[in-house]
Amino acid sequence: MSGTPSTVRTNNRLVKWIDTRLPIFSFMQDAAMDYPEPRNLNYWWNFGSLAGIMLVIMIVTGIFLAMQYTPHVDHAFNSVERLMRDVNYGWLLRYLHMNGASFFFIVVYIHIFRGYYYGSYKEPRELLWMLGVLILLLMMATAFFGYVLPWGQMSYWGATVITNLFTAIPVIGNPIHTWLLGGFAVDNPTLNRFFSLHYLLPFVIAGVVGLHLIALRQHGSNNPLGIAVKGPQDQIPFHPYYTIKDMFGLGVFLIIYAIFVFELPNALGDPQNYIQANPLQTPSEIVPEWYLLPFYAILRSIPDKLIGVLAMFAAIFILFLLPWLDTSRVRSSYFRPIHKWVFWLLVIDVVALGTVGAHRPEGAYIVVGRIATFYYFLHFIVLLPLIGWFERPLPLPESIAAAVTKKSGVPSASAQPGAAE
Amino acid sequence: MMRLATIAALGAALMFSPAAFAQEEIEAPHQDWSFAGVFGTFDRGSLQRGFQVYNEVCSNCHSMKLLHYRDLGPDGPGGGIGFSDAEVAAIAAQKQVEDGPNDQGEMFRRPGKPQDAFVSPFPNEQAARAANGGAAPPDLSVIVKARGKGLEYLWGEGGPDYVYGILNGFTDAPKGFALPQGKMYNTYFPGHAISMPPPLADSTVKFQDGTKATLAQEAHDVATFLTWAAEPYMEDRKQTGAKAILFLLAMTGVLYGAKRKVWKDVH
Ligand code: HEC
Ligand code: HEM
Repeated sequence: MSGTPSTVRTNNRLVKWIDTRLPIFSFMQDAAMDYPEPRNLNYWWNFGSLAGIMLVIMIVTGIFLAMQYTPHVDHAFNSVERLMRDVNYGWLLRYLHMNGASFFFIVVYIHIFRGYYYGSYKEPRELLWMLGVLILLLMMATAFFGYVLPWGQMSYWGATVITNLFTAIPVIGNPIHTWLLGGFAVDNPTLNRFFSLHYLLPFVIAGVVGLHLIALRQHGSNNPLGIAVKGPQDQIPFHPYYTIKDMFGLGVFLIIYAIFVFELPNALGDPQNYIQANPLQTPSEIVPEWYLLPFYAILRSIPDKLIGVLAMFAAIFILFLLPWLDTSRVRSSYFRPIHKWVFWLLVIDVVALGTVGAHRPEGAYIVVGRIATFYYFLHFIVLLPLIGWFERPLPLPESIAAAVTKKSGVPSASAQPGAAE
Repeated sequence: MMRLATIAALGAALMFSPAAFAQEEIEAPHQDWSFAGVFGTFDRGSLQRGFQVYNEVCSNCHSMKLLHYRDLGPDGPGGGIGFSDAEVAAIAAQKQVEDGPNDQGEMFRRPGKPQDAFVSPFPNEQAARAANGGAAPPDLSVIVKARGKGLEYLWGEGGPDYVYGILNGFTDAPKGFALPQGKMYNTYFPGHAISMPPPLADSTVKFQDGTKATLAQEAHDVATFLTWAAEPYMEDRKQTGAKAILFLLAMTGVLYGAKRKVWKDVH
């Protein structure tokens, strides 16, 4: 045959025949088996593949839920309950999806903090990082729309509060609000369009994940040392090393996920969402799902509504600018004596914001909320650029292989078979 | 062991869960439930007595729209509450169900059948409100999932604790508490002034199985029944879960061994 012969390693003639015409097998071999990775990735690098698996779980369970779900204000609540009672393993589908959203966010937040700690957003991975922030935004929108679907009290009032934010925009705010809702208040048209969008957005996310992976492959994974790969001695093939490590990580993750799905299915939810939506009865407290609480806290910490809304969105959009706000040339915080600690201040700050977001804005919560909001922006806008200028990074190792072998005392000559592409 | 693992997993969850942060209300005391824990199951005797309490007392005011009479029988979700098909048919036949329209275009009433939904006491919310001093009695189908707080809610026991607490929580209002006309004082109801008159007392029902009908027993049984009603598949969920988790533990152990073996030459 003319053209390139198949490079796939197999004796199966059918596979070879197909691969010569449609090179899916050699593509998979390149992408998931031979693909060279830095040899020193730690377990924080597991969360990328976990996020991908969560997206698949959400889409699969979601499609089956949608077969039973009725997007109508009179039927939505009962259709979800009926699914759980009268459809075989309907409860499992619903609890997998409901808790899946929480676990998807846990995984993605850890993935993002990982990227932040090891400087994975720095040149040449700026677009890779920005696509990731875009995925986070799309996930938030998807989860917000999804949470409205079961049409409980929190669904309804959460949707009312969040869409109401648009009215803060001067002049065009009110028309935008009406246009988004399909009416003057959250009602059947709103539920219908939210269902439509909730079905659509996960596939948009899947598309952006594709771009994210293309950008990743262009320069390969960053690593805990943050230094570039210098040659084959720094790398190992994805298979079997990272396939087995990812599978082990997946096992640990699934155990924790299963404990929640089967034993504590409603622990992460709000009891009020088991009361059907009632436009005439406002709950004493309206709280979004936990994964949106830090941003909700920022919104509520600022007395002026418009500025509050802008600050909330700015808190996410500022992440797009991270590659330029961080002025340090060194990627990994491992070698950054000051940033290493300031990183943890940000983690504490976000947890504090999350706690504040779960409480009525009263007393100490207002004070803590304001301080934490102030610190959030101070961290990114002032501290990060300054630290980059003044900090004296520790000396970087000359290569990954040198650093790894020095630590474990094994001679560096243990070259890896198949490490070269 | 499973409890320990769950507690560990909870540590992280607790930090975030809004349900974990109680408002300043009196939390109903925790009770012992047969369905608690990973290996908990519903006590069928308690379920049947609880249904009797609902059927004879609560159903005069509260609907349970998500349930059907057939759910109580062997083909119901989670295997029902232990009634036979004949018993279910007899229970349903005691009810009058509106049906129609017939060939003359008129609605008519007929005795209930197993496939009918539980008959509601009031035709609509307005009627329910009017008959109860302005407060509509809530539907009880999932009340257990819709109430409760704190760690007990995370465990799935906060709701039953709350229902039990409400039924036992009626007392005289403390001095200085301004109880509005037509309301009762209840220790565990948010705000304390509740529109429900105390529905249960000692011997409100006469249990068919001969169990002594104290207030505590009636409340315990009806709370158990309402927990089944909210999650009839709970036993299946927990048992499937125990198997799934055991399988995952074994699988992860094997994967860990494999990972160590594969990586031996890299470290
Ligand atoms: C005479 C009518 C009546 C009977 C009988 C009755 N209830 Fe109620 N119940 C009410 C009303 C009215 C309310 C609403 C109270 C309010 O909102 O102030 C209510 C509220 C409740 C609540 C919810 C409290 C809350 O947090 O909102 C529960 C739980 C409850 N009833 C359980 C029961 C149970 C169990 C029985 C049977 C043992 C029962 N009720 C019998 C009238 C009744
Ligand atoms: C990014 C992936 C997704 C996320 C983060 C997500 C999130 C959510 C959330 C938070 C809920 C509310 C759960 C509850 O409290 O009951 C929900 C409900 C729902 N979702 Fe999704 N979802 C995703 C993908 C999908 C997809 C792809 C579909 C359909 C094809 C889907 C269909 C549904 C349906 C029908 C419901 C209503 C039933 C229910 O509330 O349990 N979801 N989703």
